[in-house]
Amino acid sequence: MENLLEIRDLSKSFILHNLGKNIHAVSGIDISLKEGDFIGITGKSGSGKSTILKCIYGTYMLGQGSIWYNSKKFGPINIREATNRQMIYLRKHEIGYVSQFLNVMPRTTARQLVKQAILEMGRDQEQAEIETEKILSHFELGPELWDSYPATFSGGEKLRLNIARAMVKKPRLLLLDEPTASLDYESKIKVKILIEQLIHEGTTMLGIFHDLEFMNNLCDREYNMQNGVFTLAH
Amino acid sequence: MTEFEVPVLSIKNLNKQFGPGCDHCRNPEPMALIKNYCSVCGTVYACRDVSFDVYPGEVLGIVGESGSGKSTLMQCLYFDQETTSGEGYISSYQNGLKNLFEESSQQKRYIRNHLMGKVYQNPLLGLKIDFSSIGNIAEKLIAAGSRNVGMMEARGSELLSKVNIPVHRRKEAPKNFSGGMQQRVQIAKALSNQPPILLLDEVTTGLDLSVQASVLDLIKSLQREMNISIVLVSHDLGVIRMLADRTLVMLEGQVIEQGLTDQILEDPQAPFTQSLVHSLL
Repeated sequence: MENLLEIRDLSKSFILHNLGKNIHAVSGIDISLKEGDFIGITGKSGSGKSTILKCIYGTYMLGQGSIWYNSKKFGPINIREATNRQMIYLRKHEIGYVSQFLNVMPRTTARQLVKQAILEMGRDQEQAEIETEKILSHFELGPELWDSYPATFSGGEKLRLNIARAMVKKPRLLLLDEPTASLDYESKIKVKILIEQLIHEGTTMLGIFHDLEFMNNLCDREYNMQNGVFTLAH
Repeated sequence: MTEFEVPVLSIKNLNKQFGPGCDHCRNPEPMALIKNYCSVCGTVYACRDVSFDVYPGEVLGIVGESGSGKSTLMQCLYFDQETTSGEGYISSYQNGLKNLFEESSQQKRYIRNHLMGKVYQNPLLGLKIDFSSIGNIAEKLIAAGSRNVGMMEARGSELLSKVNIPVHRRKEAPKNFSGGMQQRVQIAKALSNQPPILLLDEVTTGLDLSVQASVLDLIKSLQREMNISIVLVSHDLGVIRMLADRTLVMLEGQVIEQGLTDQILEDPQAPFTQSLVHSLL
């Protein structure tokens, strides 16, 4: 398999039993990502952008079509056929997901959160401790925040913590689900710098951005999503 | 795709019925039963053809409404109930080749005492409520073959402090303790023989929020530090979301859906699971 990710003719709809309805989200999506690509997706709210990312991450069950991912561990694998345990492995080691919402265990400090992610990569306690402090400072989360609960953080701080946590794992494929939504200009710039750095490090990324002009000269390709249909913008 | 890891516990086609069954309800037609109850002979089919695997270090969540068979399933796994039919294998027992449910009662006791720990929703079922707390732990250690009193004291005290029971209260009976403390004594007891598998049946139900939080934090840290595999039954989706990697949904004795926990919560497929998720506050 030449590409890192190949989505072919992806469709997804949701059956809502209580309404007796079938909600159609996306159809006929084709995207390929080579290693190191940074692809941007724009589109109105509700156009189905996040659906694509959630299908790749396994949060949504696939409808039609296939999502092939070239895994280091398993070789080319169709996400549809991956077992739950394989998905858990991929999430731990290969595929990261960042959204604007920080979804973490309550009563876990920022330090524990990042450290846990590093430990999962097989580092020992001491190394993990050092790396945790390094990465938190790098994301401009000061020592006064390290031992507090992320629930008390501002939106920008939460997001930076979120990205920090995803980044320490050095995923091969990083899915960005509107990471800059609801951030002020300053914070957006910080996120942009981080993304530039990830591009530099060769991370493959598929990102949704409400304001793609902001990412403009960074993306290799841009797609626009309208009513569940995909078009190449640039 | 070949298997890349071996399950710790593997359950295949487990069935448990209460009652003899009759020609009417043995009929494979789905209309023969009202939910999981036979109106002709009164048999309740508590677990029907339940199969799942539990992998090393993972938390497997089981959700479902009251009466869906969750606790019966847990009782079968811990041999509190005889299973009607089905197979179960533990990788560290006879190389995972012997069906647990067909073993002698002596072997079942061995498995229970050495390879499993269980925490019941009702502390009265899991503890001798009049014995000292440390005595309760010693009971499990003795069952697992310990005879050295000094070692058992030390281990008991270590476990009680791990679950935040003050060491100076170790000789008190659980009946003097609050519900949350009793639950934590049960967890200490269940962990005492360092089992690879821990069965938790509604451990936080009925506890107030802050106590619930401390019990959940405890479970999470135990799982992280000791890499225990946990089967966690709860009807609280918040608890499941927080702890479980994968989740089974049970309805009327059957597993109707299983998947990654975030998939079950965000893209539930079965009508029952959808209505369950929509009921989440």
